[in-house]
Amino acid sequence: MIEPVIFYVFGGLLIAAAVGVITSRNPVHAAMFLVLSFVTSAFLWMLLEAEFLAIVLVLVYVGAVMVLFLFVVMMLDVEVEQVKASFTRYAPLGIVVLLLIAAELGYVFWSRTQELGMLEAPSPAPADFSNTEMLGNLLYTHYVYPFELAAVILLVAIVAAITLTMRRRPGLKVQDIRKQVAVNRDDRVRLVNMEAEKDE
Amino acid sequence: MITISHYLTLSGLLFSLSVAGIFINRKNLILLLMCIELMLLAVNFNFVTLSRFLDDPGGQVFVFFILTVAAAESAIGLAILVVLFRSRRSIDVEQLDSLKG
Repeated sequence: MIEPVIFYVFGGLLIAAAVGVITSRNPVHAAMFLVLSFVTSAFLWMLLEAEFLAIVLVLVYVGAVMVLFLFVVMMLDVEVEQVKASFTRYAPLGIVVLLLIAAELGYVFWSRTQELGMLEAPSPAPADFSNTEMLGNLLYTHYVYPFELAAVILLVAIVAAITLTMRRRPGLKVQDIRKQVAVNRDDRVRLVNMEAEKDE
Repeated sequence: MITISHYLTLSGLLFSLSVAGIFINRKNLILLLMCIELMLLAVNFNFVTLSRFLDDPGGQVFVFFILTVAAAESAIGLAILVVLFRSRRSIDVEQLDSLKG
């Protein structure tokens, strides 16, 4: 069986990448580890027969969101020295929280899923089954209003991000086209009557 | 045989690692945003797993919407971060105490 091998290899890689994200001091390295964890989870989603979402995860997250992160990380020069100090200070608390949450989730998963009777995976879909077509059928019929709402949310995000980062500098010299077109002769030309100067 | 518990344990580990990351990285706001992205990934993992094992495609539609909202959230978060850095010259979380009385 190839499935457990794929699961354990990519699952281990995913956990290792997540540890890399939270422990690396350089934000660029953290972003790279985050890219690695997104790509490995895309592989695992393929194993779970969510092919469309795996592709979307790579395209949207690795292609757009992480590039945005890297742009911002490289635009802001944060001192790496500062980050070091807090790591040793908060690491014990972080590890305690990690163990606590992992123990709670593990207890729920392992104690409850035994009795639910859904432990065996359903049989894999036939070769001509299209995951994208199934999702599209669902998305444009049953979930069409949430789909429109998602579009509105993206529009709001565009407007908010642009208005937040746009800055108006007071002393900047720019052309105001509207003013230039609306100007008339009286605003610019002034005829002055003056007497001719006489030669001495 | 890989059962549902394996996948749920993996996503639970991922989620708890990202929560620990929020505790560890108290200095850098960018790393906090990255930990939030990791958390959303763990949640999406749960959705995809349960969608597969319960044979219900609605879970994958939910992942689709979560991806949309997460992209919007990270765009706005990074815009706020840029504005913050422009005015304060630092993104240290512990220096953001202007609202303290």
